[in-house]
Amino acid sequence: MTAYTATVTVRLKHGVLDPEAETTQRALERLGFELEGLRSADRFEVDLDAESADAAADRAEEMAERLLANPTIHDYEVAVEER
Amino acid sequence: MTVAVVQFGGSNCDRDAVRALEHLGIDAERAWHEDGLPDDTTGIVLPGGFSYGDYLRAGAMAARAPVMAEVRDLAEDGVPVLGVCNGAQIGSESGLTPGAFTTNRSARFQCEHVHVRIERADTPWTSAYDEGDVIELPIAHGEGRFELGESAYDRLERDDRVLFRYCDPDGTVTEAANPNGSRGNVAGVLGERETVAVLMPHPERATVPDLGLTDGQGILQGFAAAR
Repeated sequence: MTAYTATVTVRLKHGVLDPEAETTQRALERLGFELEGLRSADRFEVDLDAESADAAADRAEEMAERLLANPTIHDYEVAVEER
Repeated sequence: MTVAVVQFGGSNCDRDAVRALEHLGIDAERAWHEDGLPDDTTGIVLPGGFSYGDYLRAGAMAARAPVMAEVRDLAEDGVPVLGVCNGAQIGSESGLTPGAFTTNRSARFQCEHVHVRIERADTPWTSAYDEGDVIELPIAHGEGRFELGESAYDRLERDDRVLFRYCDPDGTVTEAANPNGSRGNVAGVLGERETVAVLMPHPERATVPDLGLTDGQGILQGFAAAR
Protein backbone atom coordinates (compact mmCIF):
# COMPACT_ATOMS: atom_id res chain seq x y z
CA MET A 1 0.00 0.00 0.00
CA THR A 2 1.21 3.50 -0.79
CA ALA A 3 0.13 6.74 0.80
CA TYR A 4 -1.48 9.18 -1.64
CA THR A 5 -3.22 12.51 -1.58
CA ALA A 6 -6.04 12.73 -4.09
CA THR A 7 -7.02 16.28 -4.94
CA VAL A 8 -10.63 16.53 -6.10
CA THR A 9 -11.60 19.82 -7.75
CA VAL A 10 -15.32 20.42 -8.14
CA ARG A 11 -16.60 23.27 -10.28
CA LEU A 12 -19.87 24.32 -11.84
CA LYS A 13 -20.48 23.03 -15.34
CA HIS A 14 -19.86 25.49 -18.11
CA GLY A 15 -22.90 27.70 -18.53
CA VAL A 16 -24.31 27.21 -15.02
CA LEU A 17 -24.81 30.58 -13.38
CA ASP A 18 -22.39 31.24 -10.49
CA PRO A 19 -23.80 34.15 -8.44
CA GLU A 20 -21.10 33.82 -5.80
CA ALA A 21 -18.33 34.19 -8.37
CA GLU A 22 -20.12 37.16 -9.94
CA THR A 23 -20.46 38.82 -6.54
CA THR A 24 -16.78 38.16 -5.81
CA GLN A 25 -15.78 39.62 -9.16
CA ARG A 26 -17.82 42.76 -8.45
CA ALA A 27 -16.19 43.10 -5.04
CA LEU A 28 -12.72 42.84 -6.61
CA GLU A 29 -13.69 45.48 -9.15
CA ARG A 30 -14.89 47.71 -6.34
CA LEU A 31 -11.42 47.38 -4.82
CA GLY A 32 -10.01 48.77 -8.05
CA PHE A 33 -8.83 45.54 -9.71
CA GLU A 34 -9.23 44.99 -13.41
CA LEU A 35 -10.35 41.50 -14.40
CA GLU A 36 -12.18 39.86 -17.27
CA GLY A 37 -13.80 37.01 -15.42
CA LEU A 38 -13.68 34.87 -12.31
CA ARG A 39 -14.64 31.28 -11.65
CA SER A 40 -14.69 29.56 -8.30
CA ALA A 41 -14.20 25.90 -7.45
CA ASP A 42 -14.13 23.68 -4.40
CA ARG A 43 -10.99 21.67 -3.74
CA PHE A 44 -10.84 18.61 -1.51
CA GLU A 45 -7.56 17.00 -0.51
CA VAL A 46 -8.14 13.38 0.45
CA ASP A 47 -5.38 11.40 2.12
CA LEU A 48 -5.69 7.68 1.43
CA ASP A 49 -3.67 4.49 1.16
CA ALA A 50 -4.05 2.43 -2.01
CA GLU A 51 -2.37 -0.30 -4.06
CA SER A 52 -1.62 2.10 -6.89
CA ALA A 53 -2.19 5.66 -8.06
CA ASP A 54 -4.97 4.38 -10.33
CA ALA A 55 -6.72 2.68 -7.44
CA ALA A 56 -6.44 5.88 -5.39
CA ALA A 57 -7.87 7.89 -8.30
CA ASP A 58 -10.74 5.41 -8.73
CA ARG A 59 -11.68 5.72 -5.10
CA ALA A 60 -11.50 9.53 -5.16
CA GLU A 61 -13.65 9.58 -8.31
CA GLU A 62 -16.27 7.51 -6.60
CA MET A 63 -16.21 9.96 -3.68
CA ALA A 64 -16.80 12.78 -6.15
CA GLU A 65 -19.64 10.90 -7.87
CA ARG A 66 -21.39 9.97 -4.67
CA LEU A 67 -20.95 13.06 -2.51
CA LEU A 68 -18.35 15.71 -3.29
CA ALA A 69 -19.94 16.78 -6.59
CA ASN A 70 -23.54 16.99 -7.73
CA PRO A 71 -23.44 15.63 -11.29
CA THR A 72 -26.47 17.73 -12.24
CA ILE A 73 -24.51 20.97 -11.94
CA HIS A 74 -20.86 20.04 -11.41
CA ASP A 75 -17.83 18.75 -13.30
CA TYR A 76 -14.91 17.44 -11.31
CA GLU A 77 -11.34 16.34 -11.80
CA VAL A 78 -9.06 14.17 -9.71
CA ALA A 79 -5.25 14.41 -9.41
CA VAL A 80 -3.28 11.92 -7.33
CA GLU A 81 0.15 12.41 -5.78
CA GLU A 82 2.24 10.26 -3.46
CA ARG A 83 2.18 11.66 0.00
CA MET B 1 -51.10 5.82 10.86
CA THR B 2 -48.86 8.86 10.97
CA VAL B 3 -46.97 11.28 8.81
CA ALA B 4 -43.33 11.19 9.87
CA VAL B 5 -41.59 14.57 9.76
CA VAL B 6 -37.93 13.62 9.54
CA GLN B 7 -35.80 15.79 11.77
CA PHE B 8 -32.11 16.20 11.02
CA GLY B 9 -29.65 18.26 13.03
CA GLY B 10 -30.40 21.77 11.77
CA SER B 11 -33.97 21.13 10.61
CA ASN B 12 -36.11 24.00 11.85
CA CYS B 13 -39.49 23.68 10.15
CA ASP B 14 -40.27 20.24 11.59
CA ARG B 15 -42.50 21.55 14.38
CA ASP B 16 -44.30 23.87 11.97
CA ALA B 17 -45.00 20.95 9.66
CA VAL B 18 -46.43 18.81 12.47
CA ARG B 19 -48.56 21.72 13.67
CA ALA B 20 -49.87 22.48 10.19
CA LEU B 21 -50.70 18.82 9.48
CA GLU B 22 -52.48 18.44 12.81
CA HIS B 23 -54.46 21.58 12.05
CA LEU B 24 -55.74 19.73 8.98
CA GLY B 25 -56.62 16.68 11.07
CA ILE B 26 -53.69 14.66 9.76
CA ASP B 27 -51.81 12.71 12.39
CA ALA B 28 -48.12 13.67 12.34
CA GLU B 29 -45.04 13.30 14.49
CA ARG B 30 -41.40 14.23 14.36
CA ALA B 31 -38.94 11.41 13.73
CA TRP B 32 -35.29 11.97 14.64
CA HIS B 33 -33.35 10.67 11.66
CA GLU B 34 -31.10 8.38 13.70
CA ASP B 35 -34.14 6.61 15.17
CA GLY B 36 -35.48 5.67 11.75
CA LEU B 37 -39.08 5.98 10.64
CA PRO B 38 -41.99 4.86 12.85
CA ASP B 39 -43.49 1.47 11.91
CA ASP B 40 -46.86 3.06 11.16
CA THR B 41 -45.47 5.69 8.78
CA THR B 42 -48.06 6.51 6.13
CA GLY B 43 -46.43 9.67 4.83
CA ILE B 44 -43.11 11.48 5.05
CA VAL B 45 -42.20 15.16 5.23
CA LEU B 46 -38.62 16.25 4.66
CA PRO B 47 -38.87 19.61 6.42
CA GLY B 48 -37.14 22.93 5.90
CA GLY B 49 -34.13 24.20 7.78
CA PHE B 50 -30.39 24.03 7.49
CA SER B 51 -29.57 20.37 7.96
CA TYR B 52 -25.87 19.84 8.69
CA GLY B 53 -25.36 23.60 8.46
CA ASP B 54 -25.75 23.42 4.66
CA TYR B 55 -22.20 22.01 4.60
CA LEU B 56 -20.89 21.08 1.15
CA ARG B 57 -24.23 21.89 -0.51
CA ALA B 58 -27.65 22.45 1.02
CA GLY B 59 -29.16 19.02 1.65
CA ALA B 60 -26.06 17.08 0.57
CA MET B 61 -25.31 15.50 3.94
CA ALA B 62 -28.87 14.70 4.97
CA ALA B 63 -29.49 13.13 1.55
CA ARG B 64 -26.85 10.52 2.39
CA ALA B 65 -28.05 9.82 5.94
CA PRO B 66 -29.13 6.18 6.49
CA VAL B 67 -32.77 7.17 7.08
CA MET B 68 -32.99 8.21 3.43
CA ALA B 69 -32.73 4.55 2.37
CA GLU B 70 -35.93 3.95 4.36
CA VAL B 71 -37.51 7.03 2.78
CA ARG B 72 -36.59 5.76 -0.69
CA ASP B 73 -37.99 2.27 0.00
CA LEU B 74 -41.29 3.65 1.28
CA ALA B 75 -41.48 6.12 -1.60
CA GLU B 76 -41.13 3.19 -4.02
CA ASP B 77 -43.99 1.47 -2.19
CA GLY B 78 -46.17 4.50 -2.89
CA VAL B 79 -45.97 6.19 0.52
CA PRO B 80 -46.36 9.94 -0.11
CA VAL B 81 -43.19 12.00 0.40
CA LEU B 82 -43.11 15.81 0.41
CA GLY B 83 -39.85 17.79 0.60
CA VAL B 84 -40.13 21.45 1.55
CA CYS B 85 -37.29 23.97 1.14
CA ASN B 86 -34.27 22.24 2.70
CA GLY B 87 -36.35 19.09 2.31
CA ALA B 88 -36.57 19.84 -1.41
CA GLN B 89 -32.80 20.21 -1.53
CA ILE B 90 -32.47 16.88 0.31
CA GLY B 91 -34.94 15.29 -2.10
CA SER B 92 -33.02 16.38 -5.18
CA GLU B 93 -29.63 15.59 -3.65
CA SER B 94 -30.84 12.08 -2.86
CA GLY B 95 -32.18 11.54 -6.35
CA LEU B 96 -35.82 11.24 -5.22
CA THR B 97 -36.63 14.11 -7.58
CA PRO B 98 -34.84 15.48 -10.64
CA GLY B 99 -32.66 18.60 -10.81
CA ALA B 100 -30.70 20.57 -8.25
CA PHE B 101 -31.48 23.58 -6.09
CA THR B 102 -28.51 25.90 -5.95
CA THR B 103 -27.50 29.47 -5.12
CA ASN B 104 -30.14 32.12 -5.85
CA ARG B 105 -29.41 34.36 -8.82
CA SER B 106 -29.30 37.28 -6.36
CA ALA B 107 -26.66 35.47 -4.25
CA ARG B 108 -28.82 36.49 -1.29
CA PHE B 109 -31.03 34.71 1.19
CA GLN B 110 -34.57 35.67 0.17
CA CYS B 111 -37.48 35.72 2.60
CA GLU B 112 -40.66 36.92 0.90
CA HIS B 113 -44.05 35.90 -0.43
CA VAL B 114 -44.33 34.54 -3.95
CA HIS B 115 -47.09 33.36 -6.25
CA VAL B 116 -46.96 29.93 -7.83
CA ARG B 117 -49.13 28.43 -10.52
CA ILE B 118 -50.51 24.92 -10.21
CA GLU B 119 -49.21 23.12 -13.29
CA ARG B 120 -51.04 19.85 -12.65
CA ALA B 121 -54.11 19.24 -10.55
CA ASP B 122 -54.15 15.45 -10.93
CA THR B 123 -51.64 14.68 -8.15
CA PRO B 124 -52.37 14.18 -4.44
CA TRP B 125 -50.55 17.44 -3.68
CA THR B 126 -52.69 19.54 -5.98
CA SER B 127 -56.06 17.81 -6.14
CA ALA B 128 -57.51 20.60 -3.95
CA TYR B 129 -56.75 23.10 -6.74
CA ASP B 130 -57.50 23.47 -10.42
CA GLU B 131 -54.78 23.49 -13.04
CA GLY B 132 -53.73 27.11 -13.56
CA ASP B 133 -54.78 28.22 -10.07
CA VAL B 134 -52.44 30.76 -8.47
CA ILE B 135 -51.57 30.43 -4.80
CA GLU B 136 -49.49 32.63 -2.51
CA LEU B 137 -46.78 31.02 -0.39
CA PRO B 138 -43.73 32.20 1.57
CA ILE B 139 -40.20 31.40 0.49
CA ALA B 140 -37.11 31.60 2.71
CA HIS B 141 -33.99 30.29 1.03
CA GLY B 142 -30.55 31.14 -0.26
CA GLU B 143 -30.21 28.10 -2.52
CA GLY B 144 -33.49 27.69 -4.36
CA ARG B 145 -32.54 28.17 -7.99
CA PHE B 146 -33.72 25.10 -9.85
CA GLU B 147 -31.09 23.85 -12.28
CA LEU B 148 -31.17 20.97 -14.70
CA GLY B 149 -29.24 20.36 -17.93
CA GLU B 150 -31.07 21.25 -21.11
CA SER B 151 -31.94 17.78 -22.36
CA ALA B 152 -32.95 16.56 -18.89
CA TYR B 153 -35.07 19.69 -18.49
CA ASP B 154 -36.78 19.03 -21.82
CA ARG B 155 -37.54 15.51 -20.63
CA LEU B 156 -38.95 16.90 -17.36
CA GLU B 157 -41.30 19.15 -19.33
CA ARG B 158 -42.24 16.36 -21.69
CA ASP B 159 -43.01 14.03 -18.78
CA ASP B 160 -45.13 16.78 -17.22
CA ARG B 161 -43.30 16.60 -13.91
CA VAL B 162 -43.25 20.34 -13.15
CA LEU B 163 -45.79 20.81 -10.38
CA PHE B 164 -45.44 24.51 -9.44
CA ARG B 165 -44.03 27.52 -11.29
CA TYR B 166 -43.32 31.01 -9.97
CA CYS B 167 -45.71 33.43 -11.62
CA ASP B 168 -47.19 36.87 -11.20
CA PRO B 169 -50.46 37.29 -9.23
CA ASP B 170 -52.60 36.64 -12.31
CA GLY B 171 -50.77 33.46 -13.24
CA THR B 172 -48.43 34.63 -15.97
CA VAL B 173 -45.01 33.02 -15.76
CA THR B 174 -42.57 35.91 -16.12
CA GLU B 175 -38.91 36.49 -15.43
CA ALA B 176 -39.88 39.26 -13.01
CA ALA B 177 -41.91 36.76 -10.97
CA ASN B 178 -38.98 34.37 -10.75
CA PRO B 179 -37.47 35.07 -7.31
CA ASN B 180 -34.27 33.06 -7.64
CA GLY B 181 -33.47 32.50 -11.32
CA SER B 182 -34.93 28.98 -11.48
CA ARG B 183 -34.91 27.38 -14.91
CA GLY B 184 -38.41 27.51 -16.33
CA ASN B 185 -39.57 29.33 -13.14
CA VAL B 186 -39.77 25.88 -11.55
CA ALA B 187 -40.74 26.05 -7.86
CA GLY B 188 -41.58 22.37 -7.37
CA VAL B 189 -41.32 19.05 -9.21
CA LEU B 190 -42.58 15.50 -9.02
CA GLY B 191 -40.44 12.41 -8.54
CA GLU B 192 -40.85 9.22 -10.56
CA ARG B 193 -44.16 8.72 -8.81
CA GLU B 194 -46.76 11.42 -8.39
CA THR B 195 -46.77 10.63 -4.68
CA VAL B 196 -43.27 12.14 -4.36
CA ALA B 197 -42.91 15.91 -4.69
CA VAL B 198 -40.59 18.68 -3.58
CA LEU B 199 -40.99 22.46 -3.56
CA MET B 200 -38.99 25.43 -2.30
CA PRO B 201 -41.96 27.50 -0.98
CA HIS B 202 -43.38 26.65 2.45
CA PRO B 203 -46.96 25.30 2.45
CA GLU B 204 -46.72 24.64 6.21
CA ARG B 205 -46.28 28.38 6.77
CA ALA B 206 -49.47 29.02 4.82
CA THR B 207 -51.85 26.58 6.49
CA VAL B 208 -52.74 27.69 10.02
CA PRO B 209 -55.09 30.73 9.71
CA ASP B 210 -53.39 32.55 12.61
CA LEU B 211 -50.41 33.08 10.32
CA GLY B 212 -52.47 34.85 7.67
CA LEU B 213 -52.07 32.79 4.53
CA THR B 214 -53.85 29.47 4.08
CA ASP B 215 -53.17 28.76 0.40
CA GLY B 216 -50.78 25.94 1.31
CA GLN B 217 -53.42 23.76 2.96
CA GLY B 218 -54.25 21.91 -0.23
CA ILE B 219 -50.65 20.77 -0.66
CA LEU B 220 -50.45 19.24 2.82
CA GLN B 221 -53.88 17.69 2.32
CA GLY B 222 -52.05 15.53 -0.20
CA PHE B 223 -51.22 13.23 2.70
CA ALA B 224 -54.93 12.59 3.21
CA ALA B 225 -55.65 12.46 -0.54
CA ALA B 226 -52.92 9.90 -1.21
CA ARG B 227 -54.25 7.42 1.32
